[in-house]
Amino acid sequence: MELYELTAHELREKLIKKEISSVELTNVFYSRIEAVENHIKSYVTFTKERALKKARQIDAMLARGEQTHPLAGIPMALKDNLCTQGVRTTCSSKMLENYIPPYDATVVERLDAAGAVTLGKLNMDEFAMGSSTENSRFFPTCNPWDLERVPGGSSGGPSAAVAAGEAVYSLGSDTGGSIRQPASLCGVVGLKPTYGLVSRYGLVAFASSLDQIGPFTRDVTDCALVLQAIAGHDPMDSTSADLPVPNYQEALIPDVKGLKIGVPKEYFAAGLDPEVEQLVKQAIKKYEELGAIIEETSMPHTEYALPAYYVIAPAECSSNLARYDGVRYGYRDKDAEDIVSMFMKTRDEGFGPEVKRRIMLGTYALSSGYYDAYYLKALKVRTLIKQDFDRAFTKYDVLLTPTTTSVAFKFGEKTDDPLAMYQNDICTVTINLAGVPAISIPCGFSRGLPVGLQLIAKPFGETTLFRAAYAFESVTDYHRQRPQVGVK
Amino acid sequence: MSREYEAVIGLEVHAELKTNSKIFCSCTTEFGGEPNTHVCPVCLGLPGVLPVLNKKVVEYAMKAGLALNCKIASFSKFDRKNYYYPDLPKNFQTSQYDLPIAQNGYLDIEVDGQVKRIGITRVHMEEDAGKLVHSGETITTSSGSLVDYNRAGVPLIEIVSEPDLRSPQEARAYMELLKSILEYTEVSDCKMEEGSLRCDANVSVRPKGTSEFGTKTEIKNMNSFKALQRALEYEIERQIQVLEEGGKVIQETRSWDEAKGVTVSMRSKEEAHDYRYFPEPDLVPIVIDEEWVESIRKSLPELPQARKKRLMEDFGLPAYDAEVLTGSKALAEFFDAVMQHYKDPKVVSNWLMGELLRLLNASNKSIAESPIKPQGLAELLNLLDKGTISGKIAKQVFEEMFNSGESAEAIVKAKGLVQISDEGAIAAVVEQVIANNPKSVEDFKNGKEQAIGYLVGQVMKETKGKANPALVNKLLREQLSK
Repeated sequence: MELYELTAHELREKLIKKEISSVELTNVFYSRIEAVENHIKSYVTFTKERALKKARQIDAMLARGEQTHPLAGIPMALKDNLCTQGVRTTCSSKMLENYIPPYDATVVERLDAAGAVTLGKLNMDEFAMGSSTENSRFFPTCNPWDLERVPGGSSGGPSAAVAAGEAVYSLGSDTGGSIRQPASLCGVVGLKPTYGLVSRYGLVAFASSLDQIGPFTRDVTDCALVLQAIAGHDPMDSTSADLPVPNYQEALIPDVKGLKIGVPKEYFAAGLDPEVEQLVKQAIKKYEELGAIIEETSMPHTEYALPAYYVIAPAECSSNLARYDGVRYGYRDKDAEDIVSMFMKTRDEGFGPEVKRRIMLGTYALSSGYYDAYYLKALKVRTLIKQDFDRAFTKYDVLLTPTTTSVAFKFGEKTDDPLAMYQNDICTVTINLAGVPAISIPCGFSRGLPVGLQLIAKPFGETTLFRAAYAFESVTDYHRQRPQVGVK
Repeated sequence: MSREYEAVIGLEVHAELKTNSKIFCSCTTEFGGEPNTHVCPVCLGLPGVLPVLNKKVVEYAMKAGLALNCKIASFSKFDRKNYYYPDLPKNFQTSQYDLPIAQNGYLDIEVDGQVKRIGITRVHMEEDAGKLVHSGETITTSSGSLVDYNRAGVPLIEIVSEPDLRSPQEARAYMELLKSILEYTEVSDCKMEEGSLRCDANVSVRPKGTSEFGTKTEIKNMNSFKALQRALEYEIERQIQVLEEGGKVIQETRSWDEAKGVTVSMRSKEEAHDYRYFPEPDLVPIVIDEEWVESIRKSLPELPQARKKRLMEDFGLPAYDAEVLTGSKALAEFFDAVMQHYKDPKVVSNWLMGELLRLLNASNKSIAESPIKPQGLAELLNLLDKGTISGKIAKQVFEEMFNSGESAEAIVKAKGLVQISDEGAIAAVVEQVIANNPKSVEDFKNGKEQAIGYLVGQVMKETKGKANPALVNKLLREQLSK
């Protein structure tokens, strides 16, 4: 395997043994980026100078024999909705094209303290709205497994970069599946942690009650490492839980004997690609072989999740995105005659169609006269969905579902039909509504394209997720497959 | 107001809380810094930031709520109030909507000796917005406007009254009492001129005796008690006139133009906002247990009405004096402090309401800034009682103390203001005055009693006010009756 194909923990060994320096490693990644980025287009901004400076620092520490963090010196990249001090943070929007934050997101601070080498900022659907990265105002990102296909979204950049060997790992955000769906479509590991486990401070908000930051990695071990580095209470985020963070490495044991796995039948309903279904069922069999107890179960309110999600998320987004008005920073229409038309023109020109669609949906859902019928109703549905999960977790340790209903689709296939695009989130949105953690891991290939398996646990049950995912990974090699970028 | 109409008034009062830091970040709340220096990513609402509630704000709001006889909610939450304005960093204000921290209170006001209970609907917490500085008259007619976000995120409480007020006088009395309560509890410094206490009024009129509300207007920009009263008087009269002429009052927001003494239309209800309130997802609900409420309740100071009662009962002060003295916490405390060193409450009250307030007003100083401290005043009053100085001299010394900050004794000594009580010395002057003023002497002897006043004045003038007036009177009468 090439260096750029290895995992963080494998590269860590090489750094410790001085087989390679962090500077060399960083250059390996920039060379790889140079080789494939014109096909993939996962980056919006590069931070090469900073990356090399950081790499030199880590090399010096290693040379002095200092204790370093397991992620020190490892090249990674960030979704472009995570604020980076002095480095533009665009959300792939014209609105913030030249916006440079004066502060770092908490996760960025934490990774920086761990010695992470940040290669750059990654492409996404504008303001994290979309399931294909076709909504980026700059350019779409391609799926490394098939350049004619989407990498998923909204964290298409972060998933494609990891899959294509353009970063060892990356951070994305997940509001309705924006980490797990692209992870599934790109054949990497993606985790949406429990709401409140990872600080959202510095994550440009889409829907505050649903957003959560999480890692894209090449295997479960890396996923646990990265989560370890970013999780934990942050006084800057009142919704972040003030609980001790477990040692996730200790959860990495290849043993699921006696683990109770529930398989909710509603996630295997019509619309599920038969080959995807087949692969997920094979995975279930694998778990059975490993000694897990599998049982079919029911989550009766699943069918209402998507409509509830598409009321709540836009409602919050309409409010969160109100601040982009051209007054203080970001894009401003220069020709407007007065303040109101300046607001209007700025927002008309600064936002793309999907963002506008959701702002309008949300504004409508919150407006007086419709609030009870839409927003309040959606909140009630949300409670019912949470209760579905609470009930399920009294019986099961883990729930198992497909991550997506199909493999990566082609560019343009769903762009004219927003509802078809929204359908893509059908397996993932429930998790955000319930606030529980879920991981997507590779579980096979259909026509050469990766298929993901979703494991779900109760709140703060990440250790259980890691254990279940690690056991599967230990007896399969899907996570070791790498796309031949540029070779069809 | 016309006989046949009565006004219905409700007030919405915003008070800035006296916390050191802002409601959702650690920036200072200090007034008057260079524009945009008291700001951080959080209060500027930059992309990605999150609010963290300042616990002090909750305590202050609870304190105010308890002082206003409200019930403190065991569970309350913040909501977003969405509207666009360039002084609002996030284009929504984090406020409280359906679950405010305090509700169902009241204040007992007194107008013309009548006590009346005014309901308090709610007290809720919210953040302040920034300040716009226009190059022209208004935002729409300006070629450019600047924004200062120093005030953005300063904690506010909004106190909403029931529409129980029936006259501008009642509204003013309510507002004055509210202000003094907020001062007493030290939750706000209530500086109306700095905007830390602001008031909007909802006002309507209806035929007397009916119970249905008329169409109301909302008046903004009243930044003094006088303005509040004048604006309401004007607006009530205006509404009556509209109705008398067969017209209809339009529901709208009006602004008080202090210079012209009129209210003018700002915007009509048709343009009114749909704020699209919804629960603030970035903050967790506020849960308050009984223990916390009780600890705050215990920390409440004696409130103005209780204090007024005490001044009347313990010191025998007239209601008027007690009202004036307790209208400001600092003044009431000044009074109590003087009483530690002096015996006669009414004398102290007179000096405070008269000389002290006059000099403070004239020099635009607050009581806290008074160069004369309570003990200093007590010393002066004791000199007066001992007869060391005369009443007239005392006022002169008081002014001197105010200007120089020196003690009464030092001034009296330095300026030789000690009262002349030496009978021989005064008698000599008296003789001289009688000799020089035959006309007045004549008048007095012809029964004109007031003529003696003139003669006393002459003696005082000759002695530069230092003669003991009682002695002067006594000696004059003795001499004249010879």
